[in-house]
Amino acid sequence: MSTTQSEGLVEVHGVHKSFGTLEVLSGVDLVVKPGEVTVVIGPSGSGKSTLLRVINHLEKVDRGFVAIDGDLIGYARKGDTLRELKEKDILRQRTRIGFVFQSFNLFPHLTALENVVEAPVSAQGRPRSEVEPEARALLARVGLADKADARPRQLSGGQQQRVAIARALATRPKVLLFDEPTSALDPELVGEVLDVIKDLARTGTTMIVVTHEIGFARELADTVVFIDAGRIVEQGPPAQVLDHPAHERTKAFLDKVL
Amino acid sequence: MTTLVRAPDTVAGTDRATLERLRVLPARHPGRWIATAVVAVLLAMVASSLVTNTSWDWTTVGKYLTWPSILSGVWGTIRLTLAAAVIGFGLGTILALMRLSRSPLLQSVAWLYIWVFRSVPLILQLLLWYNLAYLYPTLSLGIPFGPGFHDFETQNLIGKFGAAILGLGLSQAAYSAEIVRAGIIGVDQGQHEAAAALGIPRARQQLRIVLPQAMRTIVPTSVNEIIGLLKGTSVVYVLAYGELFYTVGVIYGRNLRVVPLLLVAAVWYLVLTTVLTIAQFYLERHYARGALRTLPPTPLQKARWSLLVGWARLRREPVPASVPAGWASANRTTGHLLRRGSSPQRRDEGGLA
Repeated sequence: MSTTQSEGLVEVHGVHKSFGTLEVLSGVDLVVKPGEVTVVIGPSGSGKSTLLRVINHLEKVDRGFVAIDGDLIGYARKGDTLRELKEKDILRQRTRIGFVFQSFNLFPHLTALENVVEAPVSAQGRPRSEVEPEARALLARVGLADKADARPRQLSGGQQQRVAIARALATRPKVLLFDEPTSALDPELVGEVLDVIKDLARTGTTMIVVTHEIGFARELADTVVFIDAGRIVEQGPPAQVLDHPAHERTKAFLDKVL
Repeated sequence: MTTLVRAPDTVAGTDRATLERLRVLPARHPGRWIATAVVAVLLAMVASSLVTNTSWDWTTVGKYLTWPSILSGVWGTIRLTLAAAVIGFGLGTILALMRLSRSPLLQSVAWLYIWVFRSVPLILQLLLWYNLAYLYPTLSLGIPFGPGFHDFETQNLIGKFGAAILGLGLSQAAYSAEIVRAGIIGVDQGQHEAAAALGIPRARQQLRIVLPQAMRTIVPTSVNEIIGLLKGTSVVYVLAYGELFYTVGVIYGRNLRVVPLLLVAAVWYLVLTTVLTIAQFYLERHYARGALRTLPPTPLQKARWSLLVGWARLRREPVPASVPAGWASANRTTGHLLRRGSSPQRRDEGGLA
């Protein structure tokens, strides 16, 4: 399903991350080609979410690098030194990376439309008059054109997550990161959110999805990455990793979830 | 193939038809009736003593309630409260953001400020500000350690009102800072993260995303503080500034009608506090957007709906559509299998066994 495209290359190189004495990521290398869909699976506590959060610098790495389209995230290179970026510049880098949270994290005091409009206007300085029609179009795309004026509390979980996806798309990111986007949903609402994500995958945006939905991974992923105890155990096309796993740990995990 | 489950013919051992015919009576609360009687007697005793005891001297209270100098004292109190609240919450918000900033310098400065201004009693601060001229007879605008461009007489610059709002405002800022900080910390961490992940600039994150949500917890405590401040302005009598409490003191110093004049002040403080309490209700309601699915009705709405429902019932007409359905049924006093009361969670129809 990969399309040839020039933007949205994600490179993760030798990333280590510890919380206190607990090492959550111990040397992760991962390359996601532009326009590809990578699904990350693994047991809870394996470091999947931390990996995503490291990519958009919500967590600072202890060692290693993350780069998108050749730009280091969180650092600027000058000759032989790496200078930590100021928060302002990191925030600017983040507008190129969409992030969808497990618990939606919509802004409850703003309407669905205001949630989507906020970042393009305040982070990218685009005029509201230009952003608003675009935001309405995004809401229509996730099937919520009629909910533009509803506040999150008035929406179902599935609808909230779809608004959150529209919000993540509003800054026109090159890369989309999904952190267990359906884990907080009632089973009958999972489908509507996955449908939206599938729809996006066809548009050729680079996507990294952490999920427990193995069926979704099989259907959509270009690459499936199995991660355990902070390390990538194996990666490859779904047919290989999901159906013929090479490692015992992958087999054990898949036996449990399938 | 689906099977429809039929409603059972009997419920709780009685057939449905009989059950539906039964009249529903509200629960009895005999204890409540006795307590009500006791309270009524006590209230009657208080009321009668207020009327029969001539020492209350209500005519004097009535006369001084709108006395020009009392009114100007009330205005003095309002002015002080407003000015000190603006300084207190303005500076307090800045201090709170400083304490939450990532700069160790700003954090320490804010911490130090709060520590000092919360530690020194208000009355002492007021007197210190008033006597600033003793420490610095002139204040001058110029380059630090260099030449000054303009000198001010401290005594003229600060004065009684200045000392009062400095004392009240600056110490209020220390308390407000902690209230605002608590409100901000109370906002879900996910909100900060979502704002950061979207790349929203830091100042905007705080002002647009975090503070409006924090207001829900900030407002009740803040109104509490402002009510405290309103009454705290009476401490300013030590500076002989013409606020309400000082003014009544001056008057009863002359005419010796101490209790009636204290009552005049009490009545005015009650009135002002009532205004603030009403403001609190509407502020809380405003910031509840997003936290509640439907906002609670205002007292005015409640009154209007009750009237409409009552009127419709009198004329045996249907309740107008402008009254929410839940309101009309919850406040019905009789009716088929309907319970009395206004709890929104109470079921409207049907029975459980």
